[in-house]
Amino acid sequence: MNQTNHSKRPPQLFKNLSAKIASIPMILTTMVVFVGGTTWTVVHSFTNSKLLPKLNFVGLDQYERLWSSRRWLISIENLAVFGFFSLILMMVIGFFLATLLDRKVRGENIFRTIFLYPFALSFIVTGLAWQWILNPDLGLQQVMHDLGWTSFEFNPLNSGDTVIYGLLIAAMWQGTGLIMVIMLAGLRGIDDDIWKAARVDGIGTVKTYIKIIIPMMRPVFVTALVIVASGIIKLYDLVVALTNGGPGLSSEVPAKYVINYMFRAQNLGQGFAASTMMLVTVAIILIPWAYLEFGGKDNG
Amino acid sequence: MADALTGPSGPPPKRIFSRTNIMLYGTLLVVSIYYLLPLYVMVVTSLKGMPEIRLGNIFAPPLEVTFEPWVKAWSEACTGINCDGLSRGFWNSVKILVPSCALSIAVASVNGYALARWKFKGSELFFSILIVGAFIPYQTMLYPLVIILRELGLMGKLGGLVLVHTVFGMPILTLLFRNYFAGIPEDLFKAARVDGAGFWGIYFRIMLPMSLPIFVVALILQVTGIWNDFLFGVIYTKPATYPMTVQLNNIVNSVQGIKEYNVNMAATLLTGGVPLILYFISGKLFVRGIAAGAVKG
Repeated sequence: MNQTNHSKRPPQLFKNLSAKIASIPMILTTMVVFVGGTTWTVVHSFTNSKLLPKLNFVGLDQYERLWSSRRWLISIENLAVFGFFSLILMMVIGFFLATLLDRKVRGENIFRTIFLYPFALSFIVTGLAWQWILNPDLGLQQVMHDLGWTSFEFNPLNSGDTVIYGLLIAAMWQGTGLIMVIMLAGLRGIDDDIWKAARVDGIGTVKTYIKIIIPMMRPVFVTALVIVASGIIKLYDLVVALTNGGPGLSSEVPAKYVINYMFRAQNLGQGFAASTMMLVTVAIILIPWAYLEFGGKDNG
Repeated sequence: MADALTGPSGPPPKRIFSRTNIMLYGTLLVVSIYYLLPLYVMVVTSLKGMPEIRLGNIFAPPLEVTFEPWVKAWSEACTGINCDGLSRGFWNSVKILVPSCALSIAVASVNGYALARWKFKGSELFFSILIVGAFIPYQTMLYPLVIILRELGLMGKLGGLVLVHTVFGMPILTLLFRNYFAGIPEDLFKAARVDGAGFWGIYFRIMLPMSLPIFVVALILQVTGIWNDFLFGVIYTKPATYPMTVQLNNIVNSVQGIKEYNVNMAATLLTGGVPLILYFISGKLFVRGIAAGAVKG
């Protein structure tokens, strides 16, 4: 470094050098993988790359193909149905369980441990366990038949119309515990005086929850919503383990479409276009949220 | 006993057998059954022989307990032409897990420390990109990473997967450490500076010893996340280096051969066992870890 300016400190670049060296992994990750990688994929989604990525631009061809592909349309529809029910059920069940545990329940720790343990398991394990329970010949349905309830029909995985509900059952089992923990933390953050005041005013328990507590927990609900929503878009492992997209194409999802075209069908362009659509979906969800959460104040 | 004197956040139950109480505990018990049932079914299935499974019902406890499915799942179950069981996947996962945890936590803790205490021009910008990056679907970065790993000669090797886990673990871990280090009193930091300690001196002598709990939280988070990973394993490794989750899925969902449900369930339990044991022994810390980890979405 040159020392022409003696009154000032060493040049900017070398100031705080250790911290900069320590941040090199972060800088590489953000610039090369996150920004660079995402840009690279978006740019290549406008090319006709097949087996290898090539910069041979074909405009929106890949997107036209994507949106006329039956498989993609099924994937999107499945994601929408799964997402809709999963958001509602996660929130309702998560909040409901949290309110139950918030009522000075004895053995709270035991119940919490039971509700949360599936979250420690992977989607693969979850999917395989439920595949077995929902097995039509030997599983839950057969047990009901053996008990004499022969008209009992519960075989969601074997029909294209119901397979998405099979996915939901498994996904709820795995994930509701987490939402419950988040909601419970939110409930515990509410001042006891609120409850006392509500009781003095003669407001019933259920009404207090709906009219007073839920509005107060808005930030908690928003956090939970963002967690659930970003989990939904990533839905992949569970489908692979539980149904592998079947029967037929009826439980395909976008993340699986991407992997399939990128790494199996060797049609990179399609994979890039589909993953870019996933990115757009996330942006549509995330930007309004970020705007609401960090709008006025400093981001950080 | 039901205690009406301390102020609970919900209205206190009055009598043990009041109607509300019966409803409350009744509901909790029914819900508990739904959550416990799959684990119970997995355990009992894995302890039965195949003839018993074909005849009996899946909820019935085994008439004759056998550990053979477990042995078979561990050392004989087939994926394709390989019939050396899940043990290979288990050891692959261990070989992925240990360096991935060490590297990702080391990198992220130093990084979080720099962001909390040694801000430089642009550091906040990089941090913002890092956090936004946590929400980008992995699918848009999968292929570029294939190219990067291939250039580095790490494609298909365990080292490549370690790198991928370090990269994708960085946002949440950095956030975790940054917030924790920012909460350590600034006076301590200033006093150390006055005494002449530098970046690394303060990190190793002051920050590290004071932040054991957050390292444990980070470790729980990473062990669970990396052990349960399927997507990166299936893309960045090859059959010989497949982690346990990938091998498990291949064993259970393989189309050829007769389905051996007891072996499948033993294999599933073996794979799920590691994070499950961690969950049961770490308790509250696990809750903290996943609550932090969930933010990565």
